[in-house]
Amino acid sequence: MTTILPRKDVVIVGLGWTGAILAHELTDQGLDVLAIERGPWRDTATDFNIGYAQDELRYSIRRDLFLQPAVETMTMRNDPSQTALPMRDFGSFLPGNGVGGAGVHWNGHTWRFWDSDFQTKTNLTKRYGAARIADLQVEDWGVTGAEMEPYYDQFEYLAGISGKAGNIKGKLQEGGNPFEDPRARDYPNPPMEMTYAPTLFANVGRSMGLHPFPTPSANMSRAYVNPLGITMGQCTYCGFCERFGCANYSKSSAQTTILPVLMKKANFEVRTDSEVLHVDLAAGGKSARGVTYVDTSGQEFFQPADLVLLCAYGLHNARLMMLSGIGKIYDPNTGEGTVGRNYCYQTNAGVQVFFDDKNFNPFIAAGALGQTIDDFNGDAFDHGALDFVGGAGINCIPTNGRPIGTRPTLPGTPKWGSAWKKATVEGYKSTLGYSSQGSSYATRTNYLDLDPTYKDRFGRPLMRMTFDFPDNDIRMSNYLCDRMEDIAKAFGGKQYSVGRRKKGWDSVPYQSTHNTGGAIMGTDPKRSAVNTFLQSWDVPNVFVIGASAFPQNAGKNPTGTVGALAFRAADAIRNQYLRNPGAPLVRA
Amino acid sequence: MRTLTAILAAGAALLAIAPAIAADQADQIIRGQYQAVLGDCAGCHTRPGGKPLAGGLPLETPFGALVPPNITPDHETGIGNWSESDFRNMMKTGIGHNGVRLYPAMPYAAYTKMNEQDISDLWAYLTTVDPVPNKVEANQLPFPLNIRLAMWGWNLLNFTESAFTPDPSKSAEWNRGAYIVQGAGHCGTCHTPKSFLGADQDSVFLQGASLQGWFAPDITSNAQSGLGKWSQEDVVAYLKTGVNARSIASGPMAEAVENSTSKMTDPDLKAVAVYLKSLGSDTGNTQAPKPDEARMAAGEAIYHDNCSACHGGDGAGAGALFPPLVGNSIVAQGNAETLARVVLAGSQAVHTAGAPTTPAMPSLAWRLKDQEIADVLTYVRGSWGNSAPAVSSDDIAAVRKELLR
Repeated sequence: MTTILPRKDVVIVGLGWTGAILAHELTDQGLDVLAIERGPWRDTATDFNIGYAQDELRYSIRRDLFLQPAVETMTMRNDPSQTALPMRDFGSFLPGNGVGGAGVHWNGHTWRFWDSDFQTKTNLTKRYGAARIADLQVEDWGVTGAEMEPYYDQFEYLAGISGKAGNIKGKLQEGGNPFEDPRARDYPNPPMEMTYAPTLFANVGRSMGLHPFPTPSANMSRAYVNPLGITMGQCTYCGFCERFGCANYSKSSAQTTILPVLMKKANFEVRTDSEVLHVDLAAGGKSARGVTYVDTSGQEFFQPADLVLLCAYGLHNARLMMLSGIGKIYDPNTGEGTVGRNYCYQTNAGVQVFFDDKNFNPFIAAGALGQTIDDFNGDAFDHGALDFVGGAGINCIPTNGRPIGTRPTLPGTPKWGSAWKKATVEGYKSTLGYSSQGSSYATRTNYLDLDPTYKDRFGRPLMRMTFDFPDNDIRMSNYLCDRMEDIAKAFGGKQYSVGRRKKGWDSVPYQSTHNTGGAIMGTDPKRSAVNTFLQSWDVPNVFVIGASAFPQNAGKNPTGTVGALAFRAADAIRNQYLRNPGAPLVRA
Repeated sequence: MRTLTAILAAGAALLAIAPAIAADQADQIIRGQYQAVLGDCAGCHTRPGGKPLAGGLPLETPFGALVPPNITPDHETGIGNWSESDFRNMMKTGIGHNGVRLYPAMPYAAYTKMNEQDISDLWAYLTTVDPVPNKVEANQLPFPLNIRLAMWGWNLLNFTESAFTPDPSKSAEWNRGAYIVQGAGHCGTCHTPKSFLGADQDSVFLQGASLQGWFAPDITSNAQSGLGKWSQEDVVAYLKTGVNARSIASGPMAEAVENSTSKMTDPDLKAVAVYLKSLGSDTGNTQAPKPDEARMAAGEAIYHDNCSACHGGDGAGAGALFPPLVGNSIVAQGNAETLARVVLAGSQAVHTAGAPTTPAMPSLAWRLKDQEIADVLTYVRGSWGNSAPAVSSDDIAAVRKELLR
């Protein structure tokens, strides 16, 4: 029996970064907003208690804050000829769960994508010819860097990002990223104090003619009061960011930047431990009536709403669309259908340099405390003579020196026993690492759809992920590894090792929780699931907000762009959609 | 989406439903609403999450439980049958409708200082509150205290109906502050030590008192235990937002800030600050004896492992998030009850428009033994220029027991 509840103006599925931003903006507009969150309520003092927040075994190894596969998993395969099998445990990526979502346990690297990233198809075609991208299914986003700028600014000031501008209104700034697009003003906070490893990395980079700069960080370089009046504390450099909630109010998240204000609003409500099963459509399938969800007792509810915002993790947004019949599911054979199209990832690789005579004190760290070199990212460099498109930021960001996970050893060291113990003691303080955060470009056969065999605990089909690293991206990553090797040689350590990316994506070892696409934005309803305001082409009172909207992923962490897209969607709803509710904002 | 459009038009609709009340009467109701803010009626008479003024949570007094009654104008269960003179008499003398004697948990000993106009305004406001049927059995005291006539004797010994007497030698601002603090604001109800009969001891007015498991600190200008080191601006910021550079409101004071002081006008807050800063003296302040060195060393180690990440290695705290422990008036009280309670149970800052963050201190009861808490508090109270007395593990055990009750 489904209980029918009183209607709401807006129902938001998922209360992470995007859900909290949209809830704040739309409650400010006077709307009655309900967020439904699958996981538990989470709050700093109670859930990220300073007395146990830094428990590596509980949070990092046993992944206490993450989505558990028993709640939702997916099947995976590398190409459409294979039979997909369910992931019995998450490994390569770790979706979040609970209030705050993955924004609770991120590191805090907060990038802006460039105009050339947004015009991927047009730009690459113009510079290198259509043949260069013939094997890829890259798309333009339908927005320009200049259009996105004010929304990036809004997110960076909300989150108190610590960084150094490289380009303010076209004027290059000493010490910032010379390759970034113009921004209206500097970051709200100065860069963090650098530790030894990134300092050395920057010195070596500069000596090679490269352009290192401080990584823009959501770990506070100083106390900060954001535009909502919420105070954040200065980071203590404890090195427990990724996989952990911050106990010191020093890492931006919905908890530390929005919820203290949002939760006090009379026109906002959150229901936690409640999982949305699907969006309910009106007869004809052209508008949403609300959502059906189930609480932990198994009781099912229908929550009517005028406007439905899918603000879950990107992968879950795509699956909810598929389960609800919003848009047509992508078919790689015909190229028809948009939901599930252009699933992309992140193409990473890493280098370690071993020294005898250095002490990096790796336990003094923060998730986004480091230096980045963007000389080989995106379209910052000429690909004319090269055999790929795309690129990567090269990041020296020693995020932590935690005792279980941080055990760098020389290549060839035994994996256990006394020799390993000896090597790990030697390697702990004297090893420096950096990595390439590489772009991931879409292909025809990397996509998401529903699995024909496996179902979840409610009997709904699991989502099926078909993915392998495209040849273009492997070539890109190898080129970046060569460049990183150049840097490794310049360090003059006793030895270095390069971990190159290979074909055959493996879902087991952790790689990156930067899953993008599946409900991509664009200007053509045949090739995108949502318009450039993230409004569904097919069901206009549904907006789908998150990295699911990325047509392909750039060589940068996605959260900054996710936040900016959320603010842009909120702006469009407040200032355009509400004038004529239910109507498409863009006529195809 | 019709309803969305309707919401957007809601502003216009509100204007239309405003009842036709004469302008002078409306002014009086608005003034009365402000008196309800000054008096913090909601603090006791509204249950958290409940209908406004329809009855509150039980007050645990040393004599037993009293439940703040329903003061909405409901005829059956509220004060709908009261006349204005009933109300005036109750505020002035503690004797309500039909001659029922109130217990002094209702601070009529302070409200008696309110002037007739303010009481009349407050009455005008209370008659406009939504009537809520909610029967409250206010008197849950044990025999013989449950006999209200006993209050006849109490009043005889402890209470005189009075009016606020301005001090012509002081500024109008000081007098306004005194009027609020002594009258509607009833600060002494918590902050003035009580006699064994539960009456305010005027000789130690506002010098700090223990109630309901908290120690309401000295709020005179005593440099050691009171607000001596606070500027007027510090006092105003604290009352307005719950936070200043020296402290964060916790416990019952956090509620008072939320319901009352954060809604007071800036001139009134300044007047309160001017008055409080004029009270008390430093004669009689003595340095506490130097604590035992072994306990200080143990406390320091515990402090660095458990406290320093937020409060800083030097006790300087971090702005509006983590209060400094140096010169903190909660730390400086002779009685460490609040301090112990905060460590054991944690505490969360109050949400105000000026300070919406609500940072919290987690409970450390599961992590630290009584002796460890006693040592770390002894260290905090004896370091960085603080000179409050040492804390014993029995002090901590008593608070822990109280919290488990």
